[in-house]
Formats: sequence, C-alpha cells, structure tokens
Amino acid sequence: MSILIDKHTRLLVQGITGRDGAFHTQQMVSYGTRVVAGVTPGRGGEKVHGVPVFDSVADAVAATKANASVIYVPAPAAADAIFEAADAGIALITCITEGIPVRDAMAAYHHVAGLRSANGNGRPRLIGPNCPGLISPGQSKVGILPGQICTPGPVGVVSRSGTLTYEVVHQLTGAGLGQSTCIGIGGDPIIGTNFIDALELFEADPRTEAIVLMGEIGGSDEEDAAMFIRRRVRKPVVAFIAGQTAPPGKRMGHAGAIISGGSGTAAEKMAAFEAAGVPVARIPSEIPGLIAESLTRRRPRARATARGSASRPTRPPARRAKAGARKVAARRKPSVRRGGRARVSSRAR
Amino acid sequence: MNLHEYQGRELFARFGIPVLPGQMAESPAEAREIARRIGATVVIKAQVQVGGRGKAGGVKLAHTPDEAFERASEILALTIKGLPVRKLLVAQAADIARELYLAIVLDRSRKLPLIMLSAEGGVEIEQVAKEAPEKIVRRHIPLEGLRAYQARALFQPLLGDGKQVAQAADILLKLWAVYRDGDCSLAEINPLVITPEGRVLALDSKVIVDDNADFRHREWETWRDPEEESPGARKARERGLSYVKLEGDIGCVVNGAGLAMATMDLIKHYGGEPANFLDIGGSSNPEKVTAALEIITGDARESGGPGVRAILFNIFGGITRCDDVARGIVQSLEKSPLAIPLVIRLTGTNEAAARKILADAGLSATTSMDEGVRTVIAKAQEVPV
Repeated sequence: MSILIDKHTRLLVQGITGRDGAFHTQQMVSYGTRVVAGVTPGRGGEKVHGVPVFDSVADAVAATKANASVIYVPAPAAADAIFEAADAGIALITCITEGIPVRDAMAAYHHVAGLRSANGNGRPRLIGPNCPGLISPGQSKVGILPGQICTPGPVGVVSRSGTLTYEVVHQLTGAGLGQSTCIGIGGDPIIGTNFIDALELFEADPRTEAIVLMGEIGGSDEEDAAMFIRRRVRKPVVAFIAGQTAPPGKRMGHAGAIISGGSGTAAEKMAAFEAAGVPVARIPSEIPGLIAESLTRRRPRARATARGSASRPTRPPARRAKAGARKVAARRKPSVRRGGRARVSSRAR
Repeated sequence: MNLHEYQGRELFARFGIPVLPGQMAESPAEAREIARRIGATVVIKAQVQVGGRGKAGGVKLAHTPDEAFERASEILALTIKGLPVRKLLVAQAADIARELYLAIVLDRSRKLPLIMLSAEGGVEIEQVAKEAPEKIVRRHIPLEGLRAYQARALFQPLLGDGKQVAQAADILLKLWAVYRDGDCSLAEINPLVITPEGRVLALDSKVIVDDNADFRHREWETWRDPEEESPGARKARERGLSYVKLEGDIGCVVNGAGLAMATMDLIKHYGGEPANFLDIGGSSNPEKVTAALEIITGDARESGGPGVRAILFNIFGGITRCDDVARGIVQSLEKSPLAIPLVIRLTGTNEAAARKILADAGLSATTSMDEGVRTVIAKAQEVPV
C-alpha cells in the first residue's frame, strides 16, 4: 500500500518534449509507472518514448483518462501548467520545476485550493513546486527520485529536499527498512502539500507503520508539523532538520531555506519536535536506527489497541536522539486510537 | 536580491509613494553637489545592507553643502559590520512629528501577503515583535487585492485625523502595487513619518525582490551591486551554483541544497568547521565542478582568513551523474593541481564509471557520507595552517 500514487495511477507528463521531461519519462516508464500521455502545446501527435503527445491537458485527459500529472515545464510557464492541469480535472499535480516566482506559485496554490474546497473531495492536490516528486516503491514513481534506491516496506518518508531524501532512503533500504511512499514536498516558500498534509495521509495509510520527516531551515512548517504530531499522529515519527550550521539571512540553495528575522532556525525546529516527543536524529545516519527502534515498539502495540480510555498519553519530550528515543519507548504507555481523528481517504488513482 | 535604500526609494517614487528629494553619491564632491541642489538640511546615510547604521556613525545631518562634503568623507571612511561604505544616500532631512512602521511581507504559512503596521516606527520590527507584539497590527491581503477602504480602516485607529489617514492609506495602496508588480518578498517603510504639518512621507526603504522573477524585470540586472558580491559569489551566480561562504576551513561541494546543508552539519558534528555551502545543482557538467573548486580555493585566498585546508565532494547521483562529476574533478586537477587534500564521496547514478575515471587518475572515492566527512576532517588536521 501507499499514499497518493500506486500501480493504478495514470500519469500525464507536462513538458514531455523538453530535455528533462523526455529523460524522466523514460525513467518513469522503465520503473513501471503508467505514463499514458504527454503535453507540449504545438507538439500534439508526436510520441516520446512511446507516449502520445497532446496539445493540451484537456485533450490528453479526454483521450487517455489521465488522473495525475507531473510538470517539467520551465519556470516562466510552470504556474500556467498547474492551472491547466487543475482546470482539466487532474487529481494529483506534481510540479518538479524549480525557480517559479512566488507571485505565480501563490496564484496557482490558491487556484488549486479553491477547486479543492469546491469539490470537497480532496482534489486536486498540488505537490511542489521545486520538488523531486514521489515514489511508491514497486508500484509507481512520479518525478525524478531514483527508483533503484527504494524498496517496498512500512516507512513513509516526507522531505523538503531532494538528494538528502535519496541519501536517507538509500540508508533505510540498506538497513532493510523499505518504504510505503517517499514524498519530496519541495524547497520553495510556497508549496502545495506541506508536512501536515503528508502526515495525515501516512497516518491514514494502513501499510505505513513509521514516518521519517526531513525538514530544513526557513518558515515554520516543521513547528506546525510538531504540533500536529502531538495532537493527531499515533504512528512513530523520526525527524531530521538540515541547516544546523546555516548562517542567518543567507539563502541556502532552496528559495525557502533562509533564517529571517532570527526565526526559522534548525534549533527551534528540533526543539519543537522534541517537545512533541518526536525523536530527532542529529545526523542522517541515525535515522534508520531510530526508525527500526520505533517499529519494534510499534508492532506489539498495534495488536494490543482495541479500546480504552478516551484520553491519550502525551508524548514525553525526548532529550537526545538515540538515548531519548529509548527513554520514550520505555515510558510510553500503550496508546489508544481515539475517534474523530482526521482521516484522509481521497487518493489519486 | 536585497535592494539598497536608494534603489528602493527610486522604486517607491516610480510608484508615486512620496519621498523627499535625494540621490545616491559615491564621493564627498557628489554629496556636496546634491546637497547644494536640494538647498536645505540633508541627511547623509551609508548604503550598506546591515542594521544599526545610525549607531555605527553611518547616518549624519549636514546643514550646508560644505558640511555635506565633510560628513560624506567621514562616512565613506567607515566600515560597518565588515562592509566598507562605498555609496551614500544624500536626501532632504524631514521634520518628524511621528514615526510609524509599515511593511508588506510574504506569510509563508497562509500563502498570502501580510501587512504589518506599528505605531513604533524607526526601530527594528523584530525588536517590537519581541518586546511588544500587541503593538503590531497584522492584516492579510486577500487574493482579490487590497481595497482603499481596507487601507483606510487600518490607519484610522492609529492616526485618527482624516487627512492623514487618507495619505497613509494611499501610500499603503501604492506599496501594495510595488510589492505585487515589483515581485517583492519584502517592501518595508521604516519609518513612515508624519511631519508637523501633517504630511505623510516614506523616509527609508527596505526592499527584497524575488530572484525567481528576474525574467520579467530586466532592470534588476542594473541594480545588482558588483561591489557587494565577493568574486567567488559572483562567479557562483554566473555559473548557476548556489554558494555561501562560511568561516571554517573544510570546503565542500555537494549536489542538492538539503544534502549540502546536511554535509555542513555533519562536518560540524564530527568536530570540523565548514568553509562554505555549495550546491552544484541537479544536472551538473564537468565545467560546473571545475568552477566550484576554483570558487572555494579562490574565495578562501581572497578573504585572507584561515584558508581552506581540505575539500570534500559529497555526491548522491540522481539526475546528477557521478561520472560527470568525476570527469570534472579530473579535468580540474589536470588544469590546476590542488595543494590541499581532496576527499571524494560518491554513490548513485553511473557510480562504477565514475570510480573507473577516478582510479585511472590515481584518485579514489568512498561510498559513505559519514566516512567521507570523518576522513576530510582528519586530513585537514594534517595540513599546516
């Protein structure tokens, strides 16, 4: 099982005739993703790696029933591509493009959000921009994540970064910890899907048993996620924050990775997770160990949970990464699933 | 890109925001000439992009053109927080009855522009936010834009006087136009002043523009101040690399921003000090690798600091192909051999081909990030300072 994409996902590639679009179409097809169509205005009728190209998303959807789209369109036109996909009824829109102006990304975000609230079914959903996409190992990959480093399993991975995600997924796979779905939500200040959205989806996915969350400096999405985990997430989460040594006021590669006005520091984010009882890995190579530990204490508990008191134990703060996690495990009482928890059932298939 | 105050003023003036006459000067003589043309008391302000200019002696009044010459010479001789003063703003001084703070910023979590208004002008907003957060009024600008009545309603409780409210609201609407049409991520007036005669004026500007929008603002290239950039930073920008110089002695070249930050953190974790952040980007070619090495070694020499004592490559091949990076390293070393140790970590796409290229050149690479970092720290310690 997985979230957002699986073997039924019917993918459309916007910007399929470009260098990156064509290359990654080939990569996705060879991974097993059902790439049903491509779109490049003015290039309808051509084929790219066997995939038929259409002039518009609407034409492609009419002809192929595509329900997900991935965007490799250059930055000046990428926001327009998001609008087009949303208006054509695409349920899951993943925008890989880096360098979209904030003004354009903001307009696209609110257009998608407006349609979603009008539809009332969680669609469409935007992932990114400036993200590596997502992969449900063994089923489907959408975007640019390298398929060979992933393996199916119980760990959900959500991250603001690209190559750091590969690094950690590679280490998880090496430690025998497979993944349900890995999502790169993107390094821009305005992104369609944030940590909370991804946590909600992983929490509702029966096959995801533990979650790795990789944040970085800038903004307050990690702090919001920590609050959300404390209130709504029962599955174990392990966090990591990149940029502990980043100086204030300097943009660290990603448009969104900047400490401004003294806020958005790694220290604040790490403290927020620790206060929420989430073990924080100090270095990436601690993540597999912390996940393995969380899974061993999670499995017996999952069988034991049936009914009980309405109050759930709050997560005690974890001080240091490894030692802290062990203490948490030891002190934690069996928790109980409480009714009325947010569940997200809609998926793009 | 952060604009200089004088550039922000020009942008404000273009959108009709009232500012007092003023101009940028690069020499005492120019400052005297501008003061003569203004024909009133002027304020001379150092154009460096750091806070606390006033306290550092970078803001002074001059009552005559000759005095402007003197004050300008003094300020041009200053170095404020490490930045030598090369440019001045010479502007007519204002009589001030009241100072407010007004800004439009991006609220990342609500994904909307946010107006911030405070009766405490002239001080840094972070300080007000810390000490008296209740004094800051916050209003989001809705998707459909800002209406005049909304702008008036915002100032009404603060100013009371109808004429002042109308002027201030007009400035806010124009500031919104600056923010929106100018692709800003910050447009700040601090202070927004009210003169004893009841005129409302923008006395200072702080503007940050969204670099991603440069394709629709050709004029931005002319605003870029080459002197504000180190040679390394300029070269990095021209070659499409993300680069930030830090204080340590271990250089690192990484693909991807998140991994680059994590690499710096890991260097620190194992007891070293990173010399830089450098992301060679996704589809790297050999030329980028060569440029990265030149920037790291060159910038360290320029700064006259401790210098870089060892360099680490940390590459996780995805779109980036390891063989491209390996080829770049070998080519670069052939052209200009490194005098300091080089440690290479690479794994992922085309790793085997990369190892072959490195081995043929007498180099080797590790596969683990932790091992690469520990090795580079150990090697750096062997290098004499």
